[in-house]
Amino acid sequence: MQLGRVMGSVVATEKVVGLEGVKFLIVQPLDKHEVPRGRPVIAADAVAMAGPGELVYFVASREAAEALERRFVPVDHAICGIVDDVHLDDGTVGDST
Amino acid sequence: MKVATVVGTVVSTINHPLFDGHRLLICDIETPEGSLARTDAYTIAADLVDAGVGDTVLVLDEGSSARQLLDIETGPIRAVVVGIVDAWYDGG
Repeated sequence: MQLGRVMGSVVATEKVVGLEGVKFLIVQPLDKHEVPRGRPVIAADAVAMAGPGELVYFVASREAAEALERRFVPVDHAICGIVDDVHLDDGTVGDST
Repeated sequence: MKVATVVGTVVSTINHPLFDGHRLLICDIETPEGSLARTDAYTIAADLVDAGVGDTVLVLDEGSSARQLLDIETGPIRAVVVGIVDAWYDGG
């Protein structure tokens, strides 16, 4: 899993069966110091509570398809949690605000 | 599996229920060549062995095995810390 910052949301009315009610968010992957790394991805929100600006952790690949209520729907990234704090051993403490 | 160094923790209250009761560790993946030089690659892994910051650990980054370890059939878990490394020998 990786850290990510929610940048925005994606609205789609016509979706594959099984994705009804699933919220899709634009997530910028981050390194462990919360610095952007790589290109943004579209992730399904498995906690249904994440919103723009929030620090989250997300899972990619097959496991993302197991994060939602309905199993094995076609998603390749899924948000698994909202981060309260990141503690690094160099004393750095980041938070979601 | 990969050898990694635990460099931090992630605290999360709102999460997928699967992660309740499992600490999340930020693990720096180590390179196989030479010394334990830290790389830029990291992963957030669920802790199954009570590892802590500073420990060298074995990270299993494979979903089916992770679910087998947790005795579940489905769930968005992939990376898990499955061992604490006492020592490793390069070329010996």
